[in-house]
Amino acid sequence: MSSGVPAPVTVPIGTAEDKLLSRRRRLPVRAPIVVGAVLVTFVVIVALAAPLIAPYAPNQQDLLHTLEPPLSPSHLLGTDQLGRDELSRVVWAARVDLLIAFGVTIVTFSFGTLVGVVAGTFGGIVDAILMRIVDVFFAFPLVVLVLAIVAILGNGLIYLLIAMWAVTWVSYARIVRAEVMIVKHQDYVPAARALGYSRWRIMSRHIIPNAIAPAIVYGTIDAVNNVSIGASLGFLGLGVQDPTAEWGKMISDSQAFIRTAWWLPVMPGIAIVIFGLGLSIIGDGLADRLRDKSDA
Amino acid sequence: MTPRTRFILGRTLQSLIVVIGVTIIAFFLLRLVPGDAVTVILGSRYTAAKAVILRRELGLDRSVTAQYVLFMGHLLHGNLGTSVYYQQGVWSLIGQRLPVTMWLVVYSTVLAILISVPLAVVAAFKRDRVADQGLRVGFILIFAMPPFWVGLMLALIFGIDLGLFPVTGYGSGFFGHVSSLFLPTLTIALGFSAILIRTLRNSIVAVLHAEYVETARAKGIGWLRILTRHVLRNALIPAISVIGVNLAYLIGGTVIIENVFALPGLGTLLAAAITNRDLSVVQGIVLFFGIFVVVINLGTDLLYAFLDPRASNV
Amino acid sequence: MSDSAPPETLLEVRDLRVAFTGRARTVYAVNGVDFTLAAGETLGIVGESGCGKSTMLRTLVGLYEPKTTVCTGSIRYSGTELLGVNESSMRRVRGAEISMIFQDPMSYLNPVLKISEQIGETLQRHTSLNRRERRGRTIELLRLVGISAPEHRLKQYPHELSGGMRQRVIIAIALACEPRILLADEPTTALDVSIQDQILRLLADLRRRLGMSMVIVSHDLGVIAQTCDRVMVMYGGELVELAPVRQLVRTPHHPYTAGLLRSLPGSVPSRYLHAISGMPPRLHSRPRVCSFRARCELATEACESWETSLLEVEPGHAVRCLNHDRVRIDD
Repeated sequence: MSSGVPAPVTVPIGTAEDKLLSRRRRLPVRAPIVVGAVLVTFVVIVALAAPLIAPYAPNQQDLLHTLEPPLSPSHLLGTDQLGRDELSRVVWAARVDLLIAFGVTIVTFSFGTLVGVVAGTFGGIVDAILMRIVDVFFAFPLVVLVLAIVAILGNGLIYLLIAMWAVTWVSYARIVRAEVMIVKHQDYVPAARALGYSRWRIMSRHIIPNAIAPAIVYGTIDAVNNVSIGASLGFLGLGVQDPTAEWGKMISDSQAFIRTAWWLPVMPGIAIVIFGLGLSIIGDGLADRLRDKSDA
Repeated sequence: MTPRTRFILGRTLQSLIVVIGVTIIAFFLLRLVPGDAVTVILGSRYTAAKAVILRRELGLDRSVTAQYVLFMGHLLHGNLGTSVYYQQGVWSLIGQRLPVTMWLVVYSTVLAILISVPLAVVAAFKRDRVADQGLRVGFILIFAMPPFWVGLMLALIFGIDLGLFPVTGYGSGFFGHVSSLFLPTLTIALGFSAILIRTLRNSIVAVLHAEYVETARAKGIGWLRILTRHVLRNALIPAISVIGVNLAYLIGGTVIIENVFALPGLGTLLAAAITNRDLSVVQGIVLFFGIFVVVINLGTDLLYAFLDPRASNV
Repeated sequence: MSDSAPPETLLEVRDLRVAFTGRARTVYAVNGVDFTLAAGETLGIVGESGCGKSTMLRTLVGLYEPKTTVCTGSIRYSGTELLGVNESSMRRVRGAEISMIFQDPMSYLNPVLKISEQIGETLQRHTSLNRRERRGRTIELLRLVGISAPEHRLKQYPHELSGGMRQRVIIAIALACEPRILLADEPTTALDVSIQDQILRLLADLRRRLGMSMVIVSHDLGVIAQTCDRVMVMYGGELVELAPVRQLVRTPHHPYTAGLLRSLPGSVPSRYLHAISGMPPRLHSRPRVCSFRARCELATEACESWETSLLEVEPGHAVRCLNHDRVRIDD
């Protein structure tokens, strides 16, 4: 036989063993990445199409109809203390929060990965210095350092972005460096070196593609964190300023009315949760795939 | 020198280097100020006389290195500068606010352990079954919620609607604190559990597959004893370092949550200092948290070495 | 034990089948194995990795994951059925009546427990000895397995011992309650060659002194030949040859056994080490015809349709091969 594997010959079913087997066979439930992708895509589309979806301008006040509850005739999600349409503000705020989530994550992912690859590949003193710097950043509670930098630089979206860029790249550097160290010692890298490939070629063709997967998984989780931090700063009245709608800031502004207008903190929170949940599900599913791949 | 002593010394030295890095970052934080630092620090309370004093105190007329040496000199004498807003030493301000924050950190760590250990055991034993999947989805959901929003929702439901717990204030006496701080602590602990439970579950699953568990089964001992003596003992030791590593995250949560529940801790002090542009206080708090995290991480690593007989041999 | 009567049958295994229900596919690991083990006898089980030998050994004491494993057939120990009894009855047998030792002494010892705790645990489970008596018995056991300064070793952790010493500790744990059967899964594979021999001698010596039966699983026919009375060769989850050790080594009747013998260094007058070509099968269906035929030099047209069964070529020597009379070890 050419394949070298005996042709399968099956015993007719119906034995005691087969009955037991058919009862036991069960496929595990998998985190459906597609569900996560649908949620994230939904939020992204809402953000992009904000002018088309929002029934009102986000800052349009109507002092005759303040604090209207959800499902009122002309305001699906009700109005806030200035009579602004809650739905329109939640929709427009998606633009700001998504900008923070992706704007921060993409930059820190790229920079942190670069640092990690450089540290892992070059090793020695370069590695030692870069990793000590990373250690120092890890000593601070992230939020505190971001707050401090915003405090120094001043309020505003751009300062918020700068502060988060400055602080959150370190996780990627640490993750990627650890992966590079593992990949570097796998057989194919010394083999490529023995074949005379340049360091750059080995790095770009062999090390980076293999070391980057965990950083991508972390990236989805990090984007959730970044939304949370961005919203937290908005909540503390830092970062985005009035009258721009931002989910965290909307929640913060609603605190004074929490006893009478529960929908004001609830609606933007649900928006954050939908987006964060979508990303988390994707991250969780990717992490599973990665684990299966390394198990195989 | 025994391997254990060598490990302790090496690890302490490493922490010392990180602490120096922490002071450098805190030092440069104030030098990042756009424009003249003294003008910004003094803000609306600017007078020429005050400016001269502050300029001398910070050593701004000298080189950056000399300024850093001066800064470290002050630091080693316990001088973190003076708050221009409160007209009080930064260190004594931190001292006043510290108890609330420490209460929150310790209380929520304990609560998080109480939540995650039993749930992680259930998830590991029922892995890929309904209980495991349910817990996983539940904690993914919690992870997706920003802590301050969870806090507000808990306050809305349990504090305002049901009136079960106070939603502001610190309470008095031990039980007063335990009850007053319950909602903020639960908020922080839930977020922390979302991280902890995942790691714990996976390490329990790994230990369940470990060969020495098979040896234990081959001895004929029962599952409860296998769980407590062989599985948890091996699975919880690494959890100590997970707690240490995520302490910074936990403190970050505390800073935000204090502001949700209006608790007089370092988090509300920091937020107020930012609003008042009281920059020496901001710097002092950053420095304090940085050093605190390094020290606790050192502590958990040493504890780990003490609990795991192998660690000191590495 | 009586000296004249035929030795009592301690373990009787009939039509044992084990299958794992994996994420997607079922793996048939053991496919209808029959054998007996007499009191005082040492049985060797030999085969390539993945042939089902370790799985079968674990099944004998119920060490499998009940959620994903299906076992059928019969395992009778001293006349009592063990297969399918509840876990707590099984626990009374494990470690007391039937003990097991394992391949890698490092990973099979709990890294965070002292040696005294790991041995004492078995005694605590199966005997009514108090703490002091347990300590005394533990020291006695360590001495029995040839560990010097046992009082000192008690307080140590596994990582402080050498590989050979750890395996001796594993053996001491297994012998703590004087079991009647000792199951050994690749007991020397993870050890240095010089230590291997010591451990095998120790096992043979202990068996004689304690009058136990042993089942030794190994991929190394040399190890088996040195220690066992009878040998069972497994391939693809099936018993393919069973014979007294001398008979099997001199006149193997299965081409796979012959291949194993040829691959032993220095065993046959040949200048080359032989390797059996091809890969062992991973069975996703239960085999009905010979599963070795794809790798077999002697395979004929008839093998494609022969529904295999064990053929008795000599008294006490059974083989699962149509062409058993054409098998030779030398080329």
